[in-house]
Amino acid sequence: MTTTLNVNGQDHTVDAPPDMPLLWVLRDLVGLTGTKFGCGIAQCGACTVHLDGEAVRSCVLPVAAVQSRKVTTIEAVGSTPAGKKIQDAWKALDVVQCGYCQSGQVMSAASLIAANPNPSDADIDAAMDGNICRCGTYNRIRAAIKHAAKGA
Amino acid sequence: MSQGLLDAQNGHPDKRGVTRRTFLKFGFTVGAAAGGGLMLGFSFPAAGEGQGAPGTQGARSVIGGDGIETPQDGVFAPNAFVQIDRAGKVSLVIPKVEMGQGVYTSIPMLIAEELEVPIESVVIDHAPPDAKLFTDPLLGGQLTGGSTSIRYAWEPMRKAGAAARVLLVSAAAGQWQVDPASCRAEGGKVVHAASSRSIGYGELVDAAAKLPAPQNVPLKDPKDFRLIGTAVKRLDSPEKIDGAAMYGLDVRVPGMKYAVIVNCPVFGGTVARVDDTNAKKIPGVRQVVKADNAVAVVGDHTWAAKRGASALVIEWNEGKGATLQMQQLVDDLANASKRDGAVARKDGDIDKGFRDAKTRVDAVYQQPFLAHATMEPVNCTVHVRADGCDVWVGTQVPTRAVDTAAKVTGLPADKIVIHNHLLGGGFGRRLETDFIEQAVKIGKQVDGPVKVVYMRDEDIQHDMFRPYYYDVISAGLDANGKPVAWKHRIVGSSILARFAPPAIKDGVDPDAVEVAADLPYDLPNQLVDYVRQEPRDIPTAFWRGVGPTRGTFVVESFIDELAVQAKADPVQYRRDLLAKTPRARNVLDVAAHAAAWGKTVPKGQGRGVSVMHAFGSFFAMVADVTVANGEVAVNRVVCAVDCGMVVNPDTVEAQIQGGVIFAITAVLHGEITIKDGRVEQTNFTDYPVLRLSQTPPIEVHIVKSTEAPGGIGEPGTAALMPALANAIYAATGKRLRQLPVGRQLQTA
Repeated sequence: MTTTLNVNGQDHTVDAPPDMPLLWVLRDLVGLTGTKFGCGIAQCGACTVHLDGEAVRSCVLPVAAVQSRKVTTIEAVGSTPAGKKIQDAWKALDVVQCGYCQSGQVMSAASLIAANPNPSDADIDAAMDGNICRCGTYNRIRAAIKHAAKGA
Repeated sequence: MSQGLLDAQNGHPDKRGVTRRTFLKFGFTVGAAAGGGLMLGFSFPAAGEGQGAPGTQGARSVIGGDGIETPQDGVFAPNAFVQIDRAGKVSLVIPKVEMGQGVYTSIPMLIAEELEVPIESVVIDHAPPDAKLFTDPLLGGQLTGGSTSIRYAWEPMRKAGAAARVLLVSAAAGQWQVDPASCRAEGGKVVHAASSRSIGYGELVDAAAKLPAPQNVPLKDPKDFRLIGTAVKRLDSPEKIDGAAMYGLDVRVPGMKYAVIVNCPVFGGTVARVDDTNAKKIPGVRQVVKADNAVAVVGDHTWAAKRGASALVIEWNEGKGATLQMQQLVDDLANASKRDGAVARKDGDIDKGFRDAKTRVDAVYQQPFLAHATMEPVNCTVHVRADGCDVWVGTQVPTRAVDTAAKVTGLPADKIVIHNHLLGGGFGRRLETDFIEQAVKIGKQVDGPVKVVYMRDEDIQHDMFRPYYYDVISAGLDANGKPVAWKHRIVGSSILARFAPPAIKDGVDPDAVEVAADLPYDLPNQLVDYVRQEPRDIPTAFWRGVGPTRGTFVVESFIDELAVQAKADPVQYRRDLLAKTPRARNVLDVAAHAAAWGKTVPKGQGRGVSVMHAFGSFFAMVADVTVANGEVAVNRVVCAVDCGMVVNPDTVEAQIQGGVIFAITAVLHGEITIKDGRVEQTNFTDYPVLRLSQTPPIEVHIVKSTEAPGGIGEPGTAALMPALANAIYAATGKRLRQLPVGRQLQTA
């Protein structure tokens, strides 16, 4: 069945079964591969996108549940003030290693500082604990979020 | 450096053919430019083309096949690593793959340092498979692993840049009719200060391409380095935070189908019968394909394929493996430990040493199977045709990928095209080609390109595992508590016997005994031997830190046991044995000082230390933990490292922090277990990895050194494990001779 989604400010009509997770709609049908597949069960955060600005795990979100909410992916998060701040901080501190999880890390961090411009360590723990990084960039992720907040 | 590399770098015309074929494989065409320079016309690989609807593209990746823009005209390519076009754009072909360790920054730094170009402006491409051009002599092939990249690249990559610079300077000097020695290269230009003239590299490429290869390529004095030793920002950072970076899983080829795989849950089993009636009813499912030990469902998108895979009813020939239990594998190792091993090291007379000893300490250490759990699950996209085969993948072994695809298809190697990609984590997993072989087997049965994807449970359960190792170790101590006899038997799978059989000498697997057979300590009488014992049908492979990760955990935990027996301070005890290894003693001193070693820690907390010499680097770690209710919290890690000359200190810090976190995961949680021939773990729920809130501050102290560069990607993992186990001992009195911690510290 066809569904119309608003992704990064553009409407896309896709032919997807209603239970198809948004992750695969974005990657396989819309062609936006910046959102990553990691675990498929909302345990790793690699698939994080924003729905009306809120971080969600797209690997367990059926496309039918998106409805009229606006989807923002890593490809466009840089055009939001929080996303830009986080990306700049990520570059300033050279957070990335293999980079595969970083789309999700950036999306979670951008959502955090948009809602909470000056997060405490506990706030950072709570917002970022769902995002696994196997390369082990956590020290720099924490530092970069603080760096971004300072620039707020 | 291998002769082949030298020849290629010197740009002998007869070697250009090698380069030419190389680029052809990547879909480039090469011809002679009118002016005699090389002209490269690029046709992009299909990856990255035609993605989705208009307006859906993310930012473009500057790394990889679709990143290097089409040069309209001549290109100066003095060797396999450097290309400069008439616009002055510098493209670098990087002989190592990027899997997070930063080589797409550090290797360009080495080249750009000598080529005298701004590092920010270079464009990077993956090296195609070509053993002649890209073999790392430390590894004997075109491989990325073993923390060798900078050790290998340090000289040849600087020479590659310098050779190009010499030619460009000569070309400018010829044009101006001045002495080349009166010119200098700077910022992508040649400058003649005396006449205040300068000319960009782009304007020199045609003239430079006509010049003979330079005989003498002087390298900079390290005091003149402007890039090496500085914290140059990662070149791959921007595209890894805006969705543009292309990993193997991101490949989109026109007409591509998606396949989700179901492997036989029992190792060594095969497919008996498949009932795909229900699977084929799922919209979007196109085909069901068998491949020896697996079934793949092919669909229009991953979700259709995944649902189809779940709907399959498969009858397996599980075979004898179906009764295999974990305890049998451990018993195999324990029994094997009673056999004499192949001798890896023999110094002095250990029998006399034990006879003369005042006390004796004996221990058995066990380390579990581990999965790699790279964040990007293994995947491989293939297009098998009668006349050729394209493979899109992220691999640490591009030439092995060619061989694998050639073997499965029966096509000659020159009909196989490997499109390599950024790796979403390697850690040794992508040194293997099992998933490439399987993808090609599936691709042979599919009309058109197909992306074969492992869901996470398949990725964990059908990994090739860090082997279970069983170490029997004993020492005799004299009246002062010093070791006068040391006997270490290492029992476990030989990865090298499968991966690189010629590496096995007289039954000794050099990986299995690495570190253990070459300790930094002064031990007068020692015997280290190795017994090979394979875990039946469980496949084994390298894992971050390879042999040193297993060896260092055992020897550095055991040294700690000896210090306890000798009632000595663990730092001082080690220090006294390190007289012959001043670099090791120095890092120990630096780490101990930085961690304020000796300061009393509160009850319930503990502090542990380790020292290691591996991968050409020296490491000392101090870990601080709190243990409460059987749960370990790591409070702080201090590392001192002497890795020789440092190319990028920021990368060194990042790699050590990452290595430490990888090790904490392994020590606290990492364990793959077998029940009824099957892996019990499935996903990050039951194969947990460390998360941000559990990550301690990790301080890295880099010791200044003028020695040759050492490795940095893996040693942090190897060195931290025993320091953490020793800290847990200090906190609890419980010696961890078996990993992981798991529930071992729980009293109830």
